[in-house]
Amino acid sequence: MQPDRTALLTRLLRARILVMDGAMGTMIQQRKLTESDFRGDFHDHAHDLAGDNDLLVLTRPDVVRAIHDEYLAAGADIVETNTFSATRIAQADYGMERQVYAINRAAARLARECCDAWTARTPDKPRFVAGAMGPTNRTASISPDVNDPGARNVTYDELVAAYGEAVEGLCDGGADLILVETIFDTLNAKAALFAIATHFDRVGQRLPLIVSGTITDASGRTLSGQTPEAFWNSVRHAKPLAVGLNCALGAALMRPYIEEIARVADTFVSCYPNAGLPNPMSETGYDETPAETSRLIADFAQSGFVNLVGGCCGTTPAHVRAIAEAVRTLPPRALPRPETAEAVA
Amino acid sequence: MRLSGLEPLAIGDDSLFVNVGERTNVTGSRAFAKLILSGDFAGAVEVARQQVASGAQIIDVNMDEAMLDSRAAMVRFLNLIATEPDIARVPVMIDSSKWDVIEAGLKCVQGKPIVNSISLKEGEEPFLRQARLVRRYGAAVIVMAFDEKGQADTFERKTAICRRSYDLLVDEVGFPPEDIVFDPNVFAIATGIDEHANYAVDFINATRWIREHLPHAKVSGGISNVSFSFRGNDAVREAIHTVFLFHAIRAGLTMGIVNAGQLGVYDELDPALRERVEDVVLNRRPDATERLVTFAETVKTQGRVVTEDLAWRAGTVEERLTHALVKGITTHIVEDTEEARRKYARPIQVIEGPLMAGMNVVGDLFGAGKMFLPQVVKSARVMKQAVGHLVPYIEEEKARSGDAGKPKGTIVMATVKGDVHDIGKNIVGVVLQCNNFDVIDLGVMAPAQKILDTAAERNADIIGLSGLITPSLEEMAHVAHEMQRRDMRQPLLIGGATTSRVHTAVKIAPNYGGVTVYVPDASRAVGVASNLLSDELRDAYVAEVAADYEKIRVQHAGKKGPVLVTLPAARANAFHADWSAYEPPAPRAPGRREFRNADLTEIARYVDWGPFFQAWELSGPFPAILDDPVVGEAARNLHAEGQAMLKRIVDGRWLTANGVVTLLPANAVGDDIEVYGDAARDAVALTWRLLRQQNQRPAGKPNFCLADFVAPKASGRADWLGAFAVTAGLGIERKLAEFEAAKDDYSAIMLKALADRLAEAFAEWLHAKVRRELWGYAADEALDHPALVREEYRGIRPAPGYPACPDHAVKAPLFALLRANEVGMTVTESFAMLPAAAVSGFYLSHPDAHYFAVGRIGDDQLADFAQRAGIPRDEAARRLAPNLG
Repeated sequence: MQPDRTALLTRLLRARILVMDGAMGTMIQQRKLTESDFRGDFHDHAHDLAGDNDLLVLTRPDVVRAIHDEYLAAGADIVETNTFSATRIAQADYGMERQVYAINRAAARLARECCDAWTARTPDKPRFVAGAMGPTNRTASISPDVNDPGARNVTYDELVAAYGEAVEGLCDGGADLILVETIFDTLNAKAALFAIATHFDRVGQRLPLIVSGTITDASGRTLSGQTPEAFWNSVRHAKPLAVGLNCALGAALMRPYIEEIARVADTFVSCYPNAGLPNPMSETGYDETPAETSRLIADFAQSGFVNLVGGCCGTTPAHVRAIAEAVRTLPPRALPRPETAEAVA
Repeated sequence: MRLSGLEPLAIGDDSLFVNVGERTNVTGSRAFAKLILSGDFAGAVEVARQQVASGAQIIDVNMDEAMLDSRAAMVRFLNLIATEPDIARVPVMIDSSKWDVIEAGLKCVQGKPIVNSISLKEGEEPFLRQARLVRRYGAAVIVMAFDEKGQADTFERKTAICRRSYDLLVDEVGFPPEDIVFDPNVFAIATGIDEHANYAVDFINATRWIREHLPHAKVSGGISNVSFSFRGNDAVREAIHTVFLFHAIRAGLTMGIVNAGQLGVYDELDPALRERVEDVVLNRRPDATERLVTFAETVKTQGRVVTEDLAWRAGTVEERLTHALVKGITTHIVEDTEEARRKYARPIQVIEGPLMAGMNVVGDLFGAGKMFLPQVVKSARVMKQAVGHLVPYIEEEKARSGDAGKPKGTIVMATVKGDVHDIGKNIVGVVLQCNNFDVIDLGVMAPAQKILDTAAERNADIIGLSGLITPSLEEMAHVAHEMQRRDMRQPLLIGGATTSRVHTAVKIAPNYGGVTVYVPDASRAVGVASNLLSDELRDAYVAEVAADYEKIRVQHAGKKGPVLVTLPAARANAFHADWSAYEPPAPRAPGRREFRNADLTEIARYVDWGPFFQAWELSGPFPAILDDPVVGEAARNLHAEGQAMLKRIVDGRWLTANGVVTLLPANAVGDDIEVYGDAARDAVALTWRLLRQQNQRPAGKPNFCLADFVAPKASGRADWLGAFAVTAGLGIERKLAEFEAAKDDYSAIMLKALADRLAEAFAEWLHAKVRRELWGYAADEALDHPALVREEYRGIRPAPGYPACPDHAVKAPLFALLRANEVGMTVTESFAMLPAAAVSGFYLSHPDAHYFAVGRIGDDQLADFAQRAGIPRDEAARRLAPNLG
């Protein structure tokens, strides 16, 4: 497990806006990989594996490594592991539950190697691995059955167990941070945070956290119905290094919500939107050009909303390069004074 | 402490008292226990909904009942309420004496809840373990003043245990002190046992001590316990709760588990009762309990002795219904209506008897100026809910006998085709319904055919038309004409902001052989309708109206109107800016810009409350109206409720505000303003045809036209024009449907009135942003809100349809230019904007630009306008009717 680099990250985040990488999924899609690429040595696996992007860290690590390298070359300070769906809940779609620990560990190692190679070249710009934990494809607060609003298709305990496995792999593989992202149901995220805290307890060490929610539509709420401030109140107990929003609406529509987070959060704020709204006709599935996305993100920075920026679905190394350039000279959001004893407790 | 449900709830050291709803608790509410034990979870969810609706800011959920699988019931109930946005918006208090039930509950809640409770009862080890888990689950915690020796009953024990718990939590667990809430135990007083006499005082003192000595810690209590010895005497119990809370809150009580709907107001308690209750609560004299017990007997038998708030419950069912109607209280209306239904032979008699009697009291008070419209609409809400309860019985009776009482009359009403404004019409509808008229409301944008077909089918006695924008006046005349063509005979009522007695008499009534009556406001509607349907009064009334309108027509025909000059003369007297010495400012950010999901919190700061009171027919300038000797109280209540709903709108994102602005090159050409789509000023994107004042002006005063404020093309100056459209009404239908389902017209009208205010505020906000940033000609402008309301800034934003530019039709090309449809805005065929809560117009930047009224124009200008616009003269005359006299 990596040492706790909270102090270093805090120092950097106070000095400048750090840059995260961009999309992994839409980058992989563009390579038009086939079933045999995904399958690798899992010759006898009964289930089709094409589309299980996370599995590529085991079967086509060269593809994932190349994408990490492109983002690092574009100026990213932080790269996310290719583990968005690497929980036993999400991997059940491919029958790959038993590989979850291995995927997470391999993904973290791969990103670690890339980051370390770039840091060695320019030691004054350390790169960090963010171990990514996605929302899974089930929700703990929403009923799957229209006739029974009390029904649930996943329990908190199942989520804690699934996230526990994932975080263990990410820590063992060498992640510097843990990133709980694309949160559309805060109860899922709370289960992830519970699992992370329990794992840290067990190993006797913690890593800094980033918690990133998703506002899914113009009502300004998460899929499970929370406003940004309510979301922050729900995850604040985990004392994340940064809290923010990613995915979904794209930067243009995200503005009021990232502003709300910046107003209420007494920690650093992260933001990595999609390249606009989805457009099935576009090659990456999204419309915004690097110039557009970076202009919008520069506006967030100028408005004093953000400490950590990057891209989500549909963004490319060109987007990240433009974003990094756009925020290079802009000051990071000043960390508000803790409003009560909680932040220092 | 930052709690959350779907919405946040921050409780700081200085926050006001927080009500925690107590009724979703099987140990405290027998009704709730019964629902849960019988498996009626849907009914139980309704209890939670009522708690939140009646003001609970947190709801306490407790399933500790011996006959129950408490854990399963907790999980089931929390999962159910999680999917009800009306309930889930507030945080939950997970209440159990069993840790496993609490833990199961913590796994169901996405927001930040409060655990109620943990304590040192079983020693330090389980206390610390549970506290760490509470923290890991992301909850705040209530700690009971309870240790290994038992529950603390004295001040010394309470404070000692709280101190010990606090130190353990903060030092050992690292629990944030702001998330710690102490419950220093509320015990019953006035039990007759001397040791209990000081319990309330000990609680209050312990509360004060905790707030002073344990930084950031908060205090809570289960308030109902304190009055346990008076169970069965609700009046006295509520008085005890009121007095106890009054003192505990002053000592620093942060929150309390209470029945929010049943708390009195300290100042309004009957003084004799209050004194005796206070003696007991504060343990002020040895015979305090005895005196209260004796007095309680009289309260119980006489009922009336207690506070006004509670006394009315002791009256007869008729008295209670009247009280509820006059005061607008819905709390008991269903049970009281049911009691009346059982008492009377037929359900319709409840309506015709006590409910109508109550509404008559309301009507009399309203007529006498002792009640005001907001209160009347609240009364109507009570009436609707009462009637709603009776309808199934009436239907059932009708099915059996084929007969059910008869309303006073049937009125079909509608906002006419092309118009979407209905606040005033809805108020009139409510007031008529209160008075037992059967109102068939066809909503907005109702074509003449639909209105008249419905009136024929339903055998309506009266037809009422409403509209706000000037093209609606024309449509009303059309409906009148159609009524004549169809040979109808029903009276036609006309209302709405731009209508008038003169307009009705001159322009509408002559189209129709039947009687047409102008109704200036809701308070007159009942009188007019009653007169028209009364066999005794009708003829005299109709004759009176006819004579009055004839007189108006004669006066109008004889009136010369203002002296007009010829159009060339008016143009010769145009306002001439010195364009050679003036460089029009170029925008910093030319072109189009959208504003989606504009921040309502920010916009709400720009709300001008003055017109809000006008919407409710309370007249007077704001804020002076709040202190008005006559309407002040009604205005204050309305203002408070308006602000409360505004907060809900903002916090709950009930409405979405979108807008679009574009700043483009423009020059004046004659009385037109040409807006160009390109920098070369070749491609005309929109031509705004304007009108010029044509009345004889005093010497030295120009005949203004808005085009005068834009540099003429011939001047060689490159000028600019802005265009904008904003709405704050997107998504309003969902909430309106909810209010409609709840038979809550009051809230529906309130919401619409507030959406209008927000749209205006949005326009004000956007205009400021344009002046200061996008156009940027007033980058240094620093005006406070009153100065903005007084329009003390440079530049204007005239809206089509208003006096300076009365032609509504330009909204169609304006919306096309703006591509307003992309932000969800459209115009109707009469150029009303959709959503209705919307503002659109143009920005003019010239320092001399100001608002004026075009007023009457001559036939020459009408012909000129028609020619410029390329439309037939008739159509121009229709569009400009209000300016033609």
